[in-house]
Amino acid sequence: MSLLPAPDEVKKRVQDNVIWKSIFRPGSIYRKGYRDTSRDRALASMNNVLYHLHPVKVKRHGLKLTYTYCLGGSSFFLFILLTITGIFLMFFYRPTAGAGGQELAYLDMQNLRDTVTFGDLVRNMHRWSAHLMVFTTFLHMARVFYHGAYKAPREFNWVVGVILLVLTLLLSFTGYLLPWDQLAQWAVAVGTQMAGFTPVLGQQVQFVLLGGAEIGPETLLRWYVLHVLAFPFILTIFLAVHFWRIRKDGGISGPL
Amino acid sequence: MADEVEIDQKVYDELIAQGKSERIARARAKAATVKAQKVAAGETIGPRAQSAEAPAAAPAAAAKAAAPAAAAGGGGGVATAERAGGGVRGAGGLTVEERQARVAAALAQRGNGASTRTGGGAALANQDHTHRLLAMVPPTGIQQIRGKQEDKVYTWPHLIASEFIAVLAWTAFVVIFSALVQAPLRELANPNLTPNPSKAPWYFLALQELLRYFHPMVAGVTIPTVGLLLGMALPYFDKNPSNKPENRKTAYVAFTFFLVLSAVLTIIGSFYRGPGFEFVWPWTDGLYFEL
Repeated sequence: MSLLPAPDEVKKRVQDNVIWKSIFRPGSIYRKGYRDTSRDRALASMNNVLYHLHPVKVKRHGLKLTYTYCLGGSSFFLFILLTITGIFLMFFYRPTAGAGGQELAYLDMQNLRDTVTFGDLVRNMHRWSAHLMVFTTFLHMARVFYHGAYKAPREFNWVVGVILLVLTLLLSFTGYLLPWDQLAQWAVAVGTQMAGFTPVLGQQVQFVLLGGAEIGPETLLRWYVLHVLAFPFILTIFLAVHFWRIRKDGGISGPL
Repeated sequence: MADEVEIDQKVYDELIAQGKSERIARARAKAATVKAQKVAAGETIGPRAQSAEAPAAAPAAAAKAAAPAAAAGGGGGVATAERAGGGVRGAGGLTVEERQARVAAALAQRGNGASTRTGGGAALANQDHTHRLLAMVPPTGIQQIRGKQEDKVYTWPHLIASEFIAVLAWTAFVVIFSALVQAPLRELANPNLTPNPSKAPWYFLALQELLRYFHPMVAGVTIPTVGLLLGMALPYFDKNPSNKPENRKTAYVAFTFFLVLSAVLTIIGSFYRGPGFEFVWPWTDGLYFEL
């Protein structure tokens, strides 16, 4: 007889623990006595904060990969991946540029590449995920159109979706400036020049966007705050509405 | 009735003479034939209350007894009294007499428990009807179930499992791709040195391409703004409720047109535009495209 209790015994004791039971609500697959019954399956998604974004039951046809191509979910997952990698990058990046001072932004980019552990990999992941997210969001919109999934009662969720697409583009575009290299500077220059042609308010719009008459340190700081805080905040709110409306409007559309 | 039933010509002629339509006359004439055949075969026909005469034993006496009882029952007990009077077997498989005997026995066992009721237990037990008609319930039922039954499965584990696989696949793809492909980082930003060509990020290259053809206010402001507003309004002017491709040809053609147009413009702007945003062949002049 060994001194250590058997693994089953350990599992039982852990699951009987009052702390464990306070963390995992009834029906959680981590709680003792989870059985593969309809009741526990329902409880498993109801009593989990992440899973309960979904309804307890979903239409069977919606599970087919060739219906959704997982595009909306992929966009959402890429957003999460971007948030995680973005938080990592924030530890090593200071949005400070030129104007007589140090070029900290660009210096930090070089350090991320060369000295920070995993810095290069995480930056690459952030950049490629950003492009991918724009792409999957576009495709998601096309998929929704071709399935007529914007029709009543889902009209408003399509509007929310278009707003999310715009926010995705804005997030990507504001992030484009942050490396503060030639690519960033001039891509943003081209983009913001167009805003200057807004009727009547052209000059003002451009001034607000750039924080000055031309791209400079103020632009960098402004776009940094928009990129890491303002737009993700707004996007999260609209995402919540988007997901909530999917459920309220009767789950996934179709079948065709 | 698959095989033809002969028409009772006499009934048919009568009905036609009464001015009934040919269709109704024919149907009733056929029914008359069937009825005649059943009567000839000794079958009972018609509603049960009327059939009381046929199964000889259950006598008219019972029916007569039922009538005053029904009257005594006051407002309610009409319909069941008539039925009970027939002595026909009810839903429970018991005759009225048997049921009454049971009720009486049960009440006797309970003593005077039932006597609190008006008229007392015994009186109640002796009545010929055991329940009263309180309301007519429409045949569709009181509860209407609105939502159609749909073919659904539990989110856990069906959907969550495939989402988990998708998450793993995306993570693996992004990590491997990022390990292999380096994101660009050019030299330090220099406002005095304009690279040639200067290109916007790829998702704005369709607009930059449009800049070649239109005034900047049209290409850079009007077209994207109008496009966005129209895109948002799309569900409100597409009134066609169908989501079937065969019913949505116009919508498909229109949307596909804009989709292909923007894709073509993006591809041209990305790969076929070189220094000065002039047209180049990527396979001879090289790629002027960076992500």
